[in-house]
Amino acid sequence: MGFWNRGNQSKSSNTAKERLKFVLVHDRTDLSLEKLDQMKNEILGVISRYIEIDPDLVVIDIQHDGREQKLIADIPIKNPRRK
Amino acid sequence: MTGKTITITSGKGGVGKTTVTVNLAVGLGLRGKKVVCIDGDIGLRNMDVILGLENRIVYDIVDVVEGRCRLKQAMIRDKRLPDLFLVPASQTRDKNSVTPEDMIRLCDEIKTEYDYILIDSPAGIEQGFKNAIAPADQIIVVTNPEVSAVRDADRIIGLIEAEEKGPASLIINRMNSAMVNRGDMLTQDDVNELLAIDLIGLIPEDENVIVSTNKGTPIAFEGKTKAGRAFQNLAARVEGEAIPFNEIEEKMNFLDKVRKLFG
Repeated sequence: MGFWNRGNQSKSSNTAKERLKFVLVHDRTDLSLEKLDQMKNEILGVISRYIEIDPDLVVIDIQHDGREQKLIADIPIKNPRRK
Repeated sequence: MTGKTITITSGKGGVGKTTVTVNLAVGLGLRGKKVVCIDGDIGLRNMDVILGLENRIVYDIVDVVEGRCRLKQAMIRDKRLPDLFLVPASQTRDKNSVTPEDMIRLCDEIKTEYDYILIDSPAGIEQGFKNAIAPADQIIVVTNPEVSAVRDADRIIGLIEAEEKGPASLIINRMNSAMVNRGDMLTQDDVNELLAIDLIGLIPEDENVIVSTNKGTPIAFEGKTKAGRAFQNLAARVEGEAIPFNEIEEKMNFLDKVRKLFG
């Protein structure tokens, strides 16, 4: 580290905060990464039966807003191919 | 008179629960309030030594609950503040010797004559914790600005919500301003954002706490020390005063100022 710290990347408090954010979300919901993935796949399976989506662009994540947890899903629909 | 029961808890051990409880009690006592401390850590009592009253114990809380003495006989009067009392924990029994109903009954009796009852909860989430929160009108969670303490605080806050005893308030203990300034310690804003409950106390790390504990004189008696002032501020906030959270602001040296400018 130089004479003065540049940016925030190297500060350990930021690492602590990011790690805690992750841990708290999973502690609060009692949902492991594995279960979350399983749920995602099931949700995508259901949606795919009705509309065409690109699984690689889907983001389903738990976020926290104060002490409330939210499941946020961003599922872009593929452009319908007109025949 | 109807007093208020405040339980101090943390989840993780060693974050300074007993020190916080005792110093909040002294802070309230210095404001002229009538305060009773209850040591909820049956089997591992410590409030007596932190208060410096360890050689005055005759009866303890289990004696009261099991009818071997009256409540007043187990209440030890502080040497310095005539309206500050301690109900000590038993050192030889276990946590199942007291039930949540016993605690509620005890606190209801004390409440009629005192302004505040402060209960020091044991670490953990078992029987002792349940006993400690059962009679609480307000719950304060103590944490340190580090990952394991914050994680356990979050778990405890969740349990308090589930018991419909919330919302709890938060005390961040042992803030090290030098480490915060160089970005190596979670700030009060970081902890606030993660735990999302109201902050009521911010206690700087201060070697004087250890010195005062060695002597059995709680630091809150020494308002000129950093931690002593912080505990007096905490007591004022518990009484409803709006005191700004400036406990860990420290005069920055030249190098820190330069860093901040370019940071």
